[in-house]
Amino acid sequence: MLPRLIKRQTPSASMVYLSPVLALLLTLAASIVLFLMMGVSPASALHAFFVEPISSGYGLSELMVKATPLIIIGVALSLGFRAGVWNIGAEGQLILGGIFGGATALFFYEKTGFYIIPLILIMGIVGGMLWAGIVAFLKTRFNANEILTSLMLSYVAALLLNLLIHGPLKDPDGFNFPESRLFSDSALLPILYDGTRLHLGAVIALIAVGLGWILLSRTLLGYQIKVIGDAPAAGEHAGFSPSKIIWITLLISGGAAGLAGAIEVSGPIGQVLPNISPGYGFAAIIVAYVGRLHPFGVLLSGLLLALSYLGGETAQIKLNLPVAVTGVFQGLLLFFLLASDVLIHYRLQLSKEVV
Amino acid sequence: MDILIAAILTIITAATPLLFAALGELVTEKSGVLNLGVEGMMIMGAIIGFVTVHHTGSASVAIIASMIAGAFIASIFGILVLKFHARQVPTGLALTIFGLGLSALIGQSMIGVAYTGIPKLAIPGLASIPVIGNILFNQDGLVYLSILMVIVVYWFMNKSRAGLILRAVGDSHDAAHAMGYSVVKIRFMAILFGGAMAGVGGAYLSLAYSPLWVEGMTAGRGWIALALVVFASWKVGRVLLGAYLFGGITILQLHAQALGIGIPSQVMSMLPYLATILVLVFISRDKTKIKLNSPASLGKPFHESR
Amino acid sequence: MTQASEYLIELTGMRKAFPGVLATDNVDLKIRPGEVHALLGENGAGKSTLVKMIYGILKPDAGEIRFNGKVVNIKNPAHARELGVAMVFQHFSLFDSLTVVENISLGMDQKSDMKALAEKISDVSERYGLPLDPHRHVYTLSVGERQRIEIIRCLLQEPKLLIMDEPTSVLTPQEVDKLFITLKRLGEEGLSILYISHKLDEIKALCDDATILRLGKKVGGVSVAEESTGSLAAMMMGEELKEFKQAAKTTVGDVRLEAKNLNMIASDPLGISLRNINLAIRAGEVVGIAGVAGNGQDELLTALNGEHRNNDPESIYIEGKASANLNPNQRRELGMASVPEKRLGHGAMPDMNLIDNAFLTAYDRLGFIKSGLIDYAKTRAFAKEVISDFNVKTPRANVPAASLSGGNLQKFIIGREFKQKPTILVVSQPTWGVDAGAAQTIREAIREMASQGAAVLVISQDLDELMEISDRMGAICGGVLSKFYPIEEITIEKMGLLMAGVELEEGVKHVA
Repeated sequence: MLPRLIKRQTPSASMVYLSPVLALLLTLAASIVLFLMMGVSPASALHAFFVEPISSGYGLSELMVKATPLIIIGVALSLGFRAGVWNIGAEGQLILGGIFGGATALFFYEKTGFYIIPLILIMGIVGGMLWAGIVAFLKTRFNANEILTSLMLSYVAALLLNLLIHGPLKDPDGFNFPESRLFSDSALLPILYDGTRLHLGAVIALIAVGLGWILLSRTLLGYQIKVIGDAPAAGEHAGFSPSKIIWITLLISGGAAGLAGAIEVSGPIGQVLPNISPGYGFAAIIVAYVGRLHPFGVLLSGLLLALSYLGGETAQIKLNLPVAVTGVFQGLLLFFLLASDVLIHYRLQLSKEVV
Repeated sequence: MDILIAAILTIITAATPLLFAALGELVTEKSGVLNLGVEGMMIMGAIIGFVTVHHTGSASVAIIASMIAGAFIASIFGILVLKFHARQVPTGLALTIFGLGLSALIGQSMIGVAYTGIPKLAIPGLASIPVIGNILFNQDGLVYLSILMVIVVYWFMNKSRAGLILRAVGDSHDAAHAMGYSVVKIRFMAILFGGAMAGVGGAYLSLAYSPLWVEGMTAGRGWIALALVVFASWKVGRVLLGAYLFGGITILQLHAQALGIGIPSQVMSMLPYLATILVLVFISRDKTKIKLNSPASLGKPFHESR
Repeated sequence: MTQASEYLIELTGMRKAFPGVLATDNVDLKIRPGEVHALLGENGAGKSTLVKMIYGILKPDAGEIRFNGKVVNIKNPAHARELGVAMVFQHFSLFDSLTVVENISLGMDQKSDMKALAEKISDVSERYGLPLDPHRHVYTLSVGERQRIEIIRCLLQEPKLLIMDEPTSVLTPQEVDKLFITLKRLGEEGLSILYISHKLDEIKALCDDATILRLGKKVGGVSVAEESTGSLAAMMMGEELKEFKQAAKTTVGDVRLEAKNLNMIASDPLGISLRNINLAIRAGEVVGIAGVAGNGQDELLTALNGEHRNNDPESIYIEGKASANLNPNQRRELGMASVPEKRLGHGAMPDMNLIDNAFLTAYDRLGFIKSGLIDYAKTRAFAKEVISDFNVKTPRANVPAASLSGGNLQKFIIGREFKQKPTILVVSQPTWGVDAGAAQTIREAIREMASQGAAVLVISQDLDELMEISDRMGAICGGVLSKFYPIEEITIEKMGLLMAGVELEEGVKHVA
C-alpha cells in the first residue's frame, strides 16, 4: 500500500529543521546515482566534492571566501522572501555593486588612504540599491511583477558590465583585453590570515547574519516583514504599508548584493572582469531557502553551497568532471528541500486506517 | 527590399521559440498554475533536441525528444507542486536552476559540434509566389507547427469542453473540485503541455535559430515568454502578436549593425530585456484589467481536504 | 431481498472522522419521495459532513446508503448526480469569469450544446420564477442571482433529491419568501428536498420531518408539525441556553464616531464603492448594520478603521476630530478598535502564532516595544491573558492561528481588541460560524463594552443577532447606507426592505 499524506493539526516544529538535513541526504543519494551514470566512482567523487576541499586550513579559508557573498546576499534575500517580495535579480544587483565599487577603486587608483575601502563598499551598496530600487519603483508605482523585472535587469546588468569593461573600465595598458587594471593595495580588502585569501568580507558576512537575526526576530520592521508575507491584509489592518515593505526589502537585498559585488572585486578578484560572479546571486536564492529564511540557517547553508562550488572545482581538477555538476547539485538540493518540506504540514501514513 | 525580407524572415525565427513557450505557459497558467521554470524547460528541450539530432540525424525525432524532455522536467515541478504542496514560485525557480545545470552537464560533449539546421519545407506552388511566398511558405516545419498550435490552443481554450473545464479549474479550484473535476489531474496535464511546448521552443533555438549548443543559450527567453503571457492578458491571439513583436525587437540588434548604426552591440542586446520591462509596466499599471483577465486561482495552493 | 422501499433514500450508521474530530457518528436519516426534510443542527454539528457523504464528496468511514431501497456506494459527485441527487451549496461552486450557461454546462454530466442549454435555462427559470440571463458573466451578478444559477443547474438534471445547504443565509427576507414558494412547488411535483439549516422558523415554515444533529450524533427525528420552535431548539442546543439579558440601557453620551458624506471608490475591481455614508455612533450604544453579503460591509469596515482612505479628511470624525486621513494605527491611538469579517488573513495571520497575533494591533496601545526592540515577555503575557479571559481553547500560546477552530480564533481576536479598552468599536460578523455558546459570550461582551461607555458598531448578516444586541439599526445595500431606526420600531419585514435598498418613507413606515 502506498504511503499517504495526512495533514497535521499543527505544523511540525522539528521537521522545519530536519527537512534541510533530509534534503541534503536525498541530494547526496541522487548525486551517487548521477556519478554512477557518468561512470565515476561515487566514493572518489564524493570525496573530491565534499571532503578534499575542506581538509586543509587553506581549503577552509577558501570555503569562507566563497561563502561570504552567498551569506551576505542570502540573509538579505531571506527578508524579502519572508515578505513575499521575490527579488531574484540579486545577480544583477551584485554586478552593479561590482561596477560601482570597481569604478571607485579605479578612480582612486593613484591615491592611498583609509577612506578608500569604506567608500568602495558604500558605492557597491549604492549600485545594488539603485538596481533594486528600479524594481521597487516599477512594482509599487506600476504593479510590475518584480520576479520578471529583477531578472530582466540582471541580463541588462551583465551587458552593462560587458560594455563598460570594453570601454571606460578597460586597463589602458592591457593590450585591449577586456579587463580593468589590478586595484592598488589601498583598494584591496585586508587579508585576515597571511597565506590565505580570507579577507575582511568574512567578518562583514558574520555581522550581516547577526544584524539580520536581530532585525527579523526583535524589531517592528522584522515583524512587519513577516506579517506582510503571511497575510498582507492583516498587515494593512494593523496599519503597515505593503509598499514600504517592498521598498525596504528590495533596497536591503539590493544593497547587500551590491556590497557582495564590491567585496568580490576588491577582495578575491582584485580587478574588474567581464565575469565577476559564478552565479552567486542565483545560488543565494537556494542558500536562503535551504537556510529556512533564517539568518543562522543561511550561515550554514551558505557554507554548504560554497562547498558545492569548491567541490565542483576540485572534482574538475582531480576527476575531470564538468563544473556543471555544481549547478545540478544546487538544483537537486532545492528540489529535495521543497519536497521534504511537505512533512512540515503533513505526515506520512502507511496504512489506510483512520485515526 | 532584400534587407526587409531578410528582417521579416529573422523576425519569424526569433519569434517562434517565444511563441511555443508562451503558448504552453498560457495553458498552464489558465489552469491556475504559475510555472516559473520555463527557462529551465526550454534549455532542456534545446540540449535534448540537439543531442538527439546529433545521434539520430533525424530532426523529427529530435523535436519529439525535446517535447518529452520538457514535459519530463515539468512533471517534477508538477509532482512537487500538486502532490507535495510545494509553493509554486520557489519550485519554478528550482526548475530553472536545475534545468540550466543539467543541460550544461549533458551538453558538455556537444560544445563545438555542428549541425546544419532543420530543413525548410517549401509548400509547393505557394512558395514560388514572389516575395510573400518566400516569407510565408518557405519555412521550416516548426514555424508552421507554431502557427498551427496557436489555432489549436485557441480552439481548445474557447471552443472545446475540455478547455472550458481547464479555465474553470483556473478560475476556482475549490468550485471545480466540488463539482467533481479532478483539479490535480487537469493541472498536471496542463503543466506537461506547458513543458512540452517550452521544450520544443528550446529545440527551435538549438536546431534552427542558431544550430549549435551553447551553455545557457536560452538567454532569458523563458522569462520573456512568461512576460508575454501577462502582455497577452492570457489571450491566445495576443500571444501571437506579442511573440512577433518581441521577435522584431530581438532582430533589431542584428540589422542595426548591418545598417551601420553606431550603437554598441551590448546596448542593442539589452533591448529585448528592456522592452520586456517596458511592456510589463505598460500592461500591469491597470490593476483592474490584470485582475479581471488573470486566472483567479493563479499561483494559489490547492488542498483537496477543504 | 430488497423490497420496494417507501423511502427515496435511507442512511444508516453513517460515520466520518477527521484528524482530531469525529464529524458524524452513527447517524441515520430517511427521506420519502416529495418530502421536504430538515437537517437541523448548530455549526459544527456534522450536517455538512453528512450531506457531503450523500453527494459523494466525502467517503464514509462506516455506514450504508440505500437509494430506492438498493445499497449504493457513492463514488463521487458525478455518480451521485447519476443517481438523482443534486446539491445547492452554501458556498456557491461558481466560476466568476465564466458565463451563466458555461457555469451550468460545467455542472452537467451529459455533454450539451451551449445554445440548446441556454434555451433550457430560460425555460426552467421562467417556469419556477427564477429570472436569469444565461449569457451574463457571473461576476456581474448579485448573490441572489448566483444562487439561482445553482438551483437551475440542479433542476436541469431532473433530480429526485435536492440538497440545500443553508440557502437563506445570503438572501433578504423577501427573497427567502420567493425561494420558499419555489421549493414548495418543487415538493408538490414529487421532488424530495433535504433542507439544511439552523434557523428554526424557516424549518417550521417549510419542512415536513426533521433530523436533528448535535456534535456529530443524531439526537432526534421528529415531525416538524408536532414540535415547537422551543422544543426543536432544545434538541439542537442540548441545554437550555441562558436567556440573553439585554444589559441595562446605559445613558447614551457624546458622538464618538461620525461619518459625513463618506465616499470611497472600491480598490478591488470586483468590490463595492461606498456612496454618501452618514452615521453617528454615540458613547454607550450599539448600532447594528444589516445587509446581504457583498453589499459593501467589508468596504465600510475598512473605510472606518483607516485601512482604506480617501482624500477628504472631513468625511470621518473620531472623538470630534477630522480623521479620514489617519491610518489604522493613528485611529487606534484615538481609541478605535475593529474586528474584520475575515479572520484568517485579515484579522489574524494564519501561519504566525498567537503571541505574534496578539502583538498585531496591540503593540502601540499597550507598549510592547521597548527601546526599539519587541518585548516578547510582555506580549506573551498579554496573549495568555486574552486566551484565559476569553476562554480560547488552544494547547499553547505559540501555535499558529490557523490551527484554531473558527470560533476560538474569533474569541481570540475579539479578546485582543476588547482588552485594549477601546472607546470606539467596529465589529463585522462577530459570530459567523461560531458555535452557539461562544456566540453568546461574544454578544454579551459586545453589550458589556457599550455599557462601559464605548460606541459600538456591529455589521452583521444575522438579523436575529442584530435585533438582540442593537439599540438602533439600519442596513447597507450596494454601498449605500439606509437611515437608522430605534430597535423598538424595527420589524423583520422593514429590515428586509432596507436590506433590498428600499428606503422607508415616513408615511409608509407602518405599511411595510
